[in-house]
Amino acid sequence: MKKIIIREEYCMGCRLCEIQCVVQHSKTKNILKVYKGKDIKPLPKIRVEQEGYISFALQCRHCQDAPCIEACITGAMYRDKKTGAVLCNEEKCVGCWMCIMVCPFGVIQRNIEGKKVASKCDLCTGEEIPACVKNCPNEAIILEDRK
Amino acid sequence: MVKKSTPKEFIIERDNEKCITCQACVRMCSNDAHVYQPETDTVISYDEKCVGCHFCETICPTGAITIRRNPSEFKPNANWDATAIRNIIKQAETGGVLLTGMGCDKPYPIYWDHILLNASQVTNPSIDPLREPMELRTYIGRKPDKINLKTKLTPQLKLETPILFSAMSYGSISLNACISLASAAEEIGTFYNTGEGGLPKDLYKFGKNTIVQVASGRFGVHKEYLEAGAAIEIKIGQGAKPGIGGHLPGEKVTQEISETRMIPEGTDALSPAPHHDIYSIEDLKQLIYALKEATRYKKPVGVKIAAVHNVAPIASGVVRAGADYVAIDGIRGGTGAAPLVIRDNVGIPIELAIAVVDQRLREEGIRNQASIIAAGGIRCSADIIKAIALGADAVYIGTSALVALGCSLCQKCYTGKCNWGIATQDPYLTKRLNPEIGKRRLVNLLRAWSLEIKEMLGGMGINAIESLRGNREQLRGIGLTDTELKILGIKPAGMAW
Repeated sequence: MKKIIIREEYCMGCRLCEIQCVVQHSKTKNILKVYKGKDIKPLPKIRVEQEGYISFALQCRHCQDAPCIEACITGAMYRDKKTGAVLCNEEKCVGCWMCIMVCPFGVIQRNIEGKKVASKCDLCTGEEIPACVKNCPNEAIILEDRK
Repeated sequence: MVKKSTPKEFIIERDNEKCITCQACVRMCSNDAHVYQPETDTVISYDEKCVGCHFCETICPTGAITIRRNPSEFKPNANWDATAIRNIIKQAETGGVLLTGMGCDKPYPIYWDHILLNASQVTNPSIDPLREPMELRTYIGRKPDKINLKTKLTPQLKLETPILFSAMSYGSISLNACISLASAAEEIGTFYNTGEGGLPKDLYKFGKNTIVQVASGRFGVHKEYLEAGAAIEIKIGQGAKPGIGGHLPGEKVTQEISETRMIPEGTDALSPAPHHDIYSIEDLKQLIYALKEATRYKKPVGVKIAAVHNVAPIASGVVRAGADYVAIDGIRGGTGAAPLVIRDNVGIPIELAIAVVDQRLREEGIRNQASIIAAGGIRCSADIIKAIALGADAVYIGTSALVALGCSLCQKCYTGKCNWGIATQDPYLTKRLNPEIGKRRLVNLLRAWSLEIKEMLGGMGINAIESLRGNREQLRGIGLTDTELKILGIKPAGMAW
């Protein structure tokens, strides 16, 4: 499975990945409509961590041994058989936040704006290259086949 | 009086219809020109802090930012133009020498743009480089006076294309910029130059594509350094600042740079104006041969000089002193920091320098003894082919390479705040230059230029760059005076063979 590789040494902390993630997961996928419109913006599923000049963008690692799938009480968190991505079925999710408790990377968030569900990276389902990878100006996030 | 402050050079136009207050510009500007206002959820910009590097414009996801030149607020005056007035205000304020970066930006004649190339028609066939082999390989080094089957050549540099990267030191540019240049040189089969900053440990692996420089400060020069490179270059002068030494401010001398340059951390790296052991051609000869001895005559030793009025006799002396190549840097050559008055007023254009040096060396019958590398303001493949037809063997490109890496010639290299991560040592900024991207872009540039050179060569009916060298019949001058044509050694446009 292709994984998103984070390269801290090239992340400049511009946070365009966060912005493009929001756009990609919006209804219109139009940056001006998303940020200037009245609709509620989706949460970015990628977050840039920064301390001084050290920064990197972090999103779900889609762990092989995913604790969130184990912990999910309704079976909402599942692994997509085709892509190997860990996804959340928002229909089944009841917002118990157990996944958030067990996630070792802290990359699952509470989406409390709309329906109370867990919000996490879905590798931009349907897209060949996730939005964060495509839009990182310095190639600090790349998609690679790596064991 | 009311103290005048320097008028702003640029205006930052923010289209608030498009600005989504994502603050990418706020985070990215090293000059703090953009500031977020949480009370109103808006970003405001301070025009006076803008240096015109266009980084925010590039990074803005909605294209909300446009950087414009501040329309002249002074009364138009051909003598007292805005630059002159601004500079006086700055100096009245600071009492110091004005510093600047990059090459001379004055509107002196650019002779490249007054030279036209030839092409074949009917009487001699042109060549299609896509169908027939075209040779760009160039050898830099001394060629023998006579050859027979037993002739052994002195060491040569083998270039797959007649383009090298100019000397830019680690210190003046970031390590990531050095890695981009070195790895691109390796991929293309050409050379980059360490400048006088020494060779950082990480770059020894690119040794076979490295020209190591020995300059007046002798920073980072030791046995392994000399042995690491494919050639050694003695730097006498630089086109942007002929007759002037260098000064890397102590703030930029980080631990890595102090190790590489072999000077204490945080101390100013001062390169004297002259080499204190070179006051004559004979002294230069001693250094050339000392370096040749030190490396067992296995590497070519070249000398880099700035193009000054007396460049032809100087070059002749340099060749007679035993240099395997002479690099000549014209007035438009770049720099990381130089006094503005020197950069803009000292030296001569490289086009004239190539022509007079090539002519002089031919007249003296010593042109074969050294190669000529031309530098300073080479902007495109046409400039390169014109330089070679005027008599150069190859060219050095510095500014063009940096532009490929993102540089927008804001001329603020000396501040160490380069937003593009090139002319800076601030770890927050150097991260912005990913050497993988840098290498890719430099390789693309050299590939593109090489293809264009082949096209132009083919058009002239020439299938090897060797056959164009010094072939001034392929050039014609346009809009030049008789004296300029004579110096360039070319005929005016319209005149047949």
